Amino acid sequence: MSYKARVALKTAVWIASLWPLGVLVRGFLTDDLGANPIDYITRTLGLTALVLILTSLSMTPLRILFGWSWPIQLRRLLGLLAFFYVSLHFSVWIGLDHFFDWRRMWQDVLKRPFITVGVLALVLLIPLAITSTSGMIKRLGGANWRLLHKLAYVIGGLGVLHFLWLAKKGRTTPFYYAITLAVLLGVRSWDWLRKRRLAARSRPLPEGERASARS
Amino acid sequence: MLIKRDADSKLRGEDISPRDITDHGIYLNRRAFMTGVAALALTPWGREAEAQGSLRPLQATKNPAYQVPDALTPYKSVTTYNNFYEFGTDKGDPAAYGASLKTRPWTVQVDGLCAKPKTFDIEEVLKFPLEERVYRLRCVEAWSMVIPWIGFPLSALLKRVEPTGQAKYVEFTTLVNPEMFPGQKRGIFGFTLDWPYTEGLRLDEAMHPLTLMTVGLYGQVLPNQNGAPLRVVVPWKYGFKSGKSIVRIRLTSEEPKTSWNRAAPSEYGFYSNVNPEVSHPRWSQANERRIGELRRRDTLMFNGYGDQVASLYAGMDLKKFY
Repeated sequence: MSYKARVALKTAVWIASLWPLGVLVRGFLTDDLGANPIDYITRTLGLTALVLILTSLSMTPLRILFGWSWPIQLRRLLGLLAFFYVSLHFSVWIGLDHFFDWRRMWQDVLKRPFITVGVLALVLLIPLAITSTSGMIKRLGGANWRLLHKLAYVIGGLGVLHFLWLAKKGRTTPFYYAITLAVLLGVRSWDWLRKRRLAARSRPLPEGERASARS
Repeated sequence: MLIKRDADSKLRGEDISPRDITDHGIYLNRRAFMTGVAALALTPWGREAEAQGSLRPLQATKNPAYQVPDALTPYKSVTTYNNFYEFGTDKGDPAAYGASLKTRPWTVQVDGLCAKPKTFDIEEVLKFPLEERVYRLRCVEAWSMVIPWIGFPLSALLKRVEPTGQAKYVEFTTLVNPEMFPGQKRGIFGFTLDWPYTEGLRLDEAMHPLTLMTVGLYGQVLPNQNGAPLRVVVPWKYGFKSGKSIVRIRLTSEEPKTSWNRAAPSEYGFYSNVNPEVSHPRWSQANERRIGELRRRDTLMFNGYGDQVASLYAGMDLKKFY
């Protein structure tokens, strides 16, 4: 992919990702966020974060399914934008929703499972954001870095759980996100199994190992 | 001299008896009310509602015994931020799809354990002496509003049918009609509430003077999204206890099955009295966001109606009967 195409693609990602924030800011300035603005802001930021997390997790499946390599270049940017939205989501919860009532918020973290998994997802995102630079990849070594960044799957799962558990019975949107995550993980699992089988077939194995690879 | 003194005292307001001075709380309420109504008439949205005939004035006498010092929630918020699953699960759905509900003809069947069961036509219901009362409304989702309702005590309606000695509970049933209530159509995932929506009260709760059979708000006929043409309002309980668009009121000897209790028994009890000390499993009920305010405020026991209703629950463990 040419340099120009890459810049264009990344610019498009920036614009699309910051769009929801722009809409919120405009709504805030024109007092057009509905009857319960804090709730609306919290939901929009959280939902955008989850969309970005799932989008970043779909870059590899796109390569697996269609053989495209360009989406991989967007993964870091998408992940960092997701972290940005999660941080805003969390800040609004602390500053606007609970007005720095630390005691009550801590009780919620301990007692409300949907808040527990949400906070856990945020905490797990921090090391990923810190180690997102090229320098950090070098310092950690490719293998370690890849292992650490497998946490992205866990974070995706926690994000979906957070959404499922906070929703009231009858709301269907969280299930679409759960299905999306399941499909994305399904594609990876399928690819992993397929590769393993191919490797097993192409590599002459001692008898015992061959049997276990088939089982 | 005498004249001058008289003029001075008049300037000081000494000729006005305290009886004639409007209580500041009522004054503020009246101002908020007038602002609400004026704003309503001026907005394009209000004019649209008027053009559609959904804005219809309803005469009622203000009942000074039922006022609260808190400012009223704006009409626009009261009519655009609603939980009414019959129209959809989103807070905006009731206002968006409310027009599909037809409130005429409409009857409400009042029967069960009573001497004179009767089916009332809505026009007959509207002939009960209507009064305006300002109540706090506390949603189980930890937000709240202050609304000037129009209605009459439910006890007046129940007395008409003469409940028998065996009647211990009252069950309210909401209309089932997927044509009028799009939310009653089955979704892709199939699970929603079981229709019809039913709610219930103990008979003494239903007969309590605070329990209001409601037909209007803000000086207007009840908008569809708020439960037209008639709903019940039980201000010391979470909002979902107040059934909307009621077609049947049945007196029973056993505790009625209620919709949210059937859907999630650990989250929504039969009593569901507003209680800051009993958490919802997924969030605290200790405080609430009053719609239109930035900071959360502390939730009051029985939503601030403890003086009137606490005696109904004397000796009961409210953690157990949540």
